[in-house]
Amino acid sequence: MKLKGKVFKYGDNVDTDVIIPARYLNSSDPENLAAHCMEDIDEDFADQVEEGDIIVGGKNFGSGSSREHAPLAIKYAGVSCVVAESFARIFYRNSINIGLPILECPEAVKNTEAGDKLEVDIDKGVVKNLRTGESFEAEPFPPFMQEIIKDGGLIAHIKKVEI
Amino acid sequence: MGMTMIEKIIAAHTEYDELKPGQIVNADVDMVLGNDITTPVAIEEFKKIGVDTVFDKERVVIVPDHFSPSKDIKAAEQIKLIREFSHKHDLKYFFEIGQMGIEHVLLPEKGLALPGEIIIGADSHTCTYGALGALGTGVGSTDMAAAMATGKAWFKVPPTIKFVYTGELQPWVSGKDLILYTIGKIGVDGALYKAMEFTGEAISNLSLAGRMTMANMAIEAGGKAGLIAADEKTEAYLKDRAVRDYTIYHSDEDAEYEEVIEIDVSEIEPQIAFPSLPENTKGLSEVGEVKIDQAVIGSCTNGRLEDLREAAKVFEFNKVHPNVRCLVFPGTQEIYKQAMKEGIVEIFINAGVAVSTPTCGPCLGGHMGILADGEKAISTTNRNFVGRMGSTGSEVYLSSPAVAAATAVKGYIAGPEEVM
Ligand code: SF4
Repeated sequence: MKLKGKVFKYGDNVDTDVIIPARYLNSSDPENLAAHCMEDIDEDFADQVEEGDIIVGGKNFGSGSSREHAPLAIKYAGVSCVVAESFARIFYRNSINIGLPILECPEAVKNTEAGDKLEVDIDKGVVKNLRTGESFEAEPFPPFMQEIIKDGGLIAHIKKVEI
Repeated sequence: MGMTMIEKIIAAHTEYDELKPGQIVNADVDMVLGNDITTPVAIEEFKKIGVDTVFDKERVVIVPDHFSPSKDIKAAEQIKLIREFSHKHDLKYFFEIGQMGIEHVLLPEKGLALPGEIIIGADSHTCTYGALGALGTGVGSTDMAAAMATGKAWFKVPPTIKFVYTGELQPWVSGKDLILYTIGKIGVDGALYKAMEFTGEAISNLSLAGRMTMANMAIEAGGKAGLIAADEKTEAYLKDRAVRDYTIYHSDEDAEYEEVIEIDVSEIEPQIAFPSLPENTKGLSEVGEVKIDQAVIGSCTNGRLEDLREAAKVFEFNKVHPNVRCLVFPGTQEIYKQAMKEGIVEIFINAGVAVSTPTCGPCLGGHMGILADGEKAISTTNRNFVGRMGSTGSEVYLSSPAVAAATAVKGYIAGPEEVM
């Protein structure tokens, strides 16, 4: 699977409270979540993001709460993939479980600027910066997680293997 | 090679006798937890799986604590949904308003989180149960749904960092100060994907409440779990509470740790985490004058009876500063009742403190004490992220209950010694 999109770039420790503030969690309606995605760190994000765009973050992306609303908000906003130096573990888990592609690739993060276009090959774990032409390799997912992703998320996966 | 306690706990829930960090396993879980924010999403996912009911009616616990008592119509709808789900599936542990408490204070109190168990919760502070020698860990709603259906969850066995706390605590220094100090030292991703194991004489000397405060904030260092081996104190605490038999696990002498960090606690003074990360810690003596508008005492970090007692020591002879709102949120109904019996609630009210029914309320900027632009709060909660307690232009400073109480009295960040 290859994804292409323009980059929204953020720093370290982007937490779930800024990805989707708690004041909007009295609803889990996807449209509502998407409309307020990243609001507390980037007011313009929800207006400017287009289908397929890519979020690039620093270390510990998605730290804080276990709210699955955070990766859901990102996914419903149209973001195709998140590339970060590292992810907070619950966010990482939730993204795999809901089928939001994510990659840990510090080199790609360091060599990407806001507005760049990236092409991400999820299966191979390769991130290409289309502005500079440089390619970076990410650690591929362990086979177990690849299977969950291939099945389209955890629910589809357990339907297949458990029940 | 020996094993760490988390490796042993996970192995005991799988077909393996031995496990190593990095292995991914499917493990049985003893308890599955959700709240009023995460459960509605889990219910949607649960429906997609297509099973008739949950794997075990006595092993799913649902607590409406975040926006309850319902703060608005949308919150009321969400709580209605989880209430109906709980009734439909005849769940034994749905805690209605009036019996409800903040989930991570409530579960240990009800004996629903026990040594050696695996408890997953669709709430990041599920790591609190590590204080009882359990593997408690936060997951998302989809994990919750899958575990409600199958009784299982996938885990990557984490490496462990061992923390050894030696020496004796100075007066007014608590479990909260130890964990803030530790996060200040290793950073908010210092234990990312890892288990933290808290050991040493200073941990043995801590009360269960203090231990729960520490385990609670393992996630603020990025940790998967924060574990403390169960001892006599743990057993005494569980004696009339535990709803099941349990097994106590200890790390082997020759267990392999990724790192061992020693901390002499006698050097530690009360700690304050400055906005907007829990790692921005300073000792009280380095704080300078920081005026505050609101003080919040409570939450799953510091809403236990011991915490209220510490705050009451300060308020017994002092009043809340006229420029400050001070809010106290007892963790559970039981704690509230006990605080009434001990005269603590009266001390609070006489001092000008507002005492609330148990709820997460202001901790997550939900309701009952939201901050306006430019306002500053001192809070005994666990997160001081941008906008966490209200406006993105507000600020949160984290501290122990004693420091929060003294600060409420002075109007600026202060230690209890300044008012006693
Ligand atoms: S008290 Fe705060 S941190 Fe604890 S469960 Fe509630 S919202 Fe989360």
